Amino acid sequence: MAEIVIRNLRKEFGDFVAVKESSFTVGDGEFFMLLGPSGCGKTTTLRMIAGLELPTSGQILIDGEDVSQRPASQRDIAFVFQMFALYPHLNVRRNISYPLVSQGLPRAEVRAKVAEVARILGIESILDKPVGGLSGGDRQRVALGRAIVRSPKAFMMDEPLGALDAEFREHMSEELRALHDRMGATTVYVTHDQLEAMQMGDKIVVMNHGVVEQFGTPQEIYDHPATMFVADFIGSPPMNFLRFEGGFRPGDRSVSLGGTAVATPELREEAAGRKLALGVRPEHIAILDDGPYRGRIEAVEYLGTTQIVTLSTPHGTLKARTPSDRAARVGETVGLGFTASTLSLFDAGSGRAFRTAANAGVFHG
Amino acid sequence: MSAWSVTEPSARSKGIAAVLVILYTVITLLPLVWIIATGFKTGPDSISYPPKVIFQPSLEGYVNLFTDRTRATPEQLAAMPPPENFVDEIVQRRGEVITQPSKFGERFLNSVIIGFGSTFLSIFLGTLAAYAFSRFRVPLKDDLLFFILSTRMMPPIAVAIPIFLMFRQLGLSDTHLGMILLYTGVNISLAVWLLKGFIDEIPREYEEAALIDGYTRLQAFRKVVLPQAATGIASTAIFCLIFAWNEYAFAFLLTSGTAQTAPPFIPTIFGVGGKDWPAVAAGATLFLLPVMIFTILLRKHLLRGITFGAVRK
Ligand SMILES: Nc1ncnc2c1ncn2[C@@H]1O[C@H](COP(=O)(O)OP(=O)(O)O)[C@@H](O)[C@H]1O
Ligand SMILES: [Mg+2]
Repeated sequence: MAEIVIRNLRKEFGDFVAVKESSFTVGDGEFFMLLGPSGCGKTTTLRMIAGLELPTSGQILIDGEDVSQRPASQRDIAFVFQMFALYPHLNVRRNISYPLVSQGLPRAEVRAKVAEVARILGIESILDKPVGGLSGGDRQRVALGRAIVRSPKAFMMDEPLGALDAEFREHMSEELRALHDRMGATTVYVTHDQLEAMQMGDKIVVMNHGVVEQFGTPQEIYDHPATMFVADFIGSPPMNFLRFEGGFRPGDRSVSLGGTAVATPELREEAAGRKLALGVRPEHIAILDDGPYRGRIEAVEYLGTTQIVTLSTPHGTLKARTPSDRAARVGETVGLGFTASTLSLFDAGSGRAFRTAANAGVFHG
Repeated sequence: MSAWSVTEPSARSKGIAAVLVILYTVITLLPLVWIIATGFKTGPDSISYPPKVIFQPSLEGYVNLFTDRTRATPEQLAAMPPPENFVDEIVQRRGEVITQPSKFGERFLNSVIIGFGSTFLSIFLGTLAAYAFSRFRVPLKDDLLFFILSTRMMPPIAVAIPIFLMFRQLGLSDTHLGMILLYTGVNISLAVWLLKGFIDEIPREYEEAALIDGYTRLQAFRKVVLPQAATGIASTAIFCLIFAWNEYAFAFLLTSGTAQTAPPFIPTIFGVGGKDWPAVAAGATLFLLPVMIFTILLRKHLLRGITFGAVRK
């Protein structure tokens, strides 16, 4: 298994820059998520790591060795394609044994390894079937089998659950994570589904327009988004932004929203007369009977133990997730309380988060 | 409910379609049946009017096709030993003796060498070129593809005279190599275009999976792309073979001896004296066989090849 270090990786297709100076590290044995909206460069990044695409500039180090200009066949990395790409002219057994045959392994050994992998994945009964008639789930397992059979240094998976129907995805994602935990293999997993990334990943890289927006654990990314894009992309409903103009100085512990002071974590930067955005997760908003900062209830969505309350405030619309035992009536004007230690403060122009006592340890460059 | 359906044709239109198909089949097959039948007729039967539909079959045509004969005097005939086999019998019955085997076998072999040789070369070069055009960023790709196609924009025979002169200069006249190169030159544009279409349809991921699995680009091409493209290769091969096999004009112009193919040879069979229609028909029948067998063997592929692009799997 291996550690993968990505340094200032860049990929241009003609005039178009698909990936811009990206850097992150995939730790040995990590289940690592590459998350971002469609077209942001996830697949391109993954293909560069695997060697299917050569970077325009930058480095890819696998276990400290620079492999950025090596062909795929010499990197010892397995790749699970979005549509699986099983060899249509070979049956299941020969699909799985293909990577071993290329290494010139003796036949008996190939058979034994394929049998072992088939047992792990529970596909012993379909080994001699053609791949054409297989169900989505079985195709997925065969593709995984082909990846794990040669014990590569790392696995690349490009939206491996994307081709499955919703019901089966859940099941397969658990299977995948269990498989990973069992083998401890370094895995880079591409998805555009933030929930999938949060549930399955040890670490997440969030990309947008070819740029790495943030790199960290799911909790760091959820609690302390580095940019407004990340804040908005992660969470359902996403982080709320209260947009206002103002400023603050290092050491301040509150900002002034239209005259109302709102407590924040201790600020470590300075800003003056700027367009700002105060970020607050829905579950960190409390609905109070009174309070200086007020909003009007516009809609209520009942979810069992919690409810999503939509409020309009002088600084924009908010969605709050509150316990459903507190009745919320549409049209009512209520006071709002924010959990100070959880708030983020963004520069609304650049989208960057300001450093505070809360997020100081989180940002990696 | 309406009486007709959009998806299912009515019995009447099915009937009309059947009649049309049968009519067309009869029209196209009739000359073929005629040729095959004439090959088994005797000389007089072959030119009798009205044509004989029922006749006593004879191998005369085939015997004449494969032999050169001369007329013998009655004394010579009387002096000869009794015929040892049916060939001698047929010849002697007509008052002839065999002087030597004819050139048909040789010419037929030339057709096989040149036809299959140029087909192989067209497919070999065409597949590599089509793969490169399909997968790699080739500078001036579109212009090159157009240029390749443009070689089909005039009838090849339009350049017959320059080619005749070139061949004479290069010493390629009446050589197997010359004819193979010529037919390859004509066929390769068709091969590149057809094969590029087929290869474009094969998802890249298959090769990429093979690269990931530790194979080189060339191995991936051989073990993954080629089997996938087999259908396209087979149908392209049939098109190339049919052209090279049937080509008459260049063969007539550029070959006369060593490398002469069957098409310009068959008309020269018209024997000594009267027109030997049965021998010509026998030659034509044998000449049809290889392409027919090749096509029947690959007909599943051919069907898909003809309709490719129209249906997605
Ligand atoms: N081979 C290529 N040539 C040109 N543009 C490409 C190529 N591959 C990807 N792109 C472009 O790069 C961008 C990122 O693509 P991709 O990495 O596939 O995104 P994602 O996987 O995040 O959806 C897209 O805008 C895509 O159109
Ligand atoms: Mg993608």
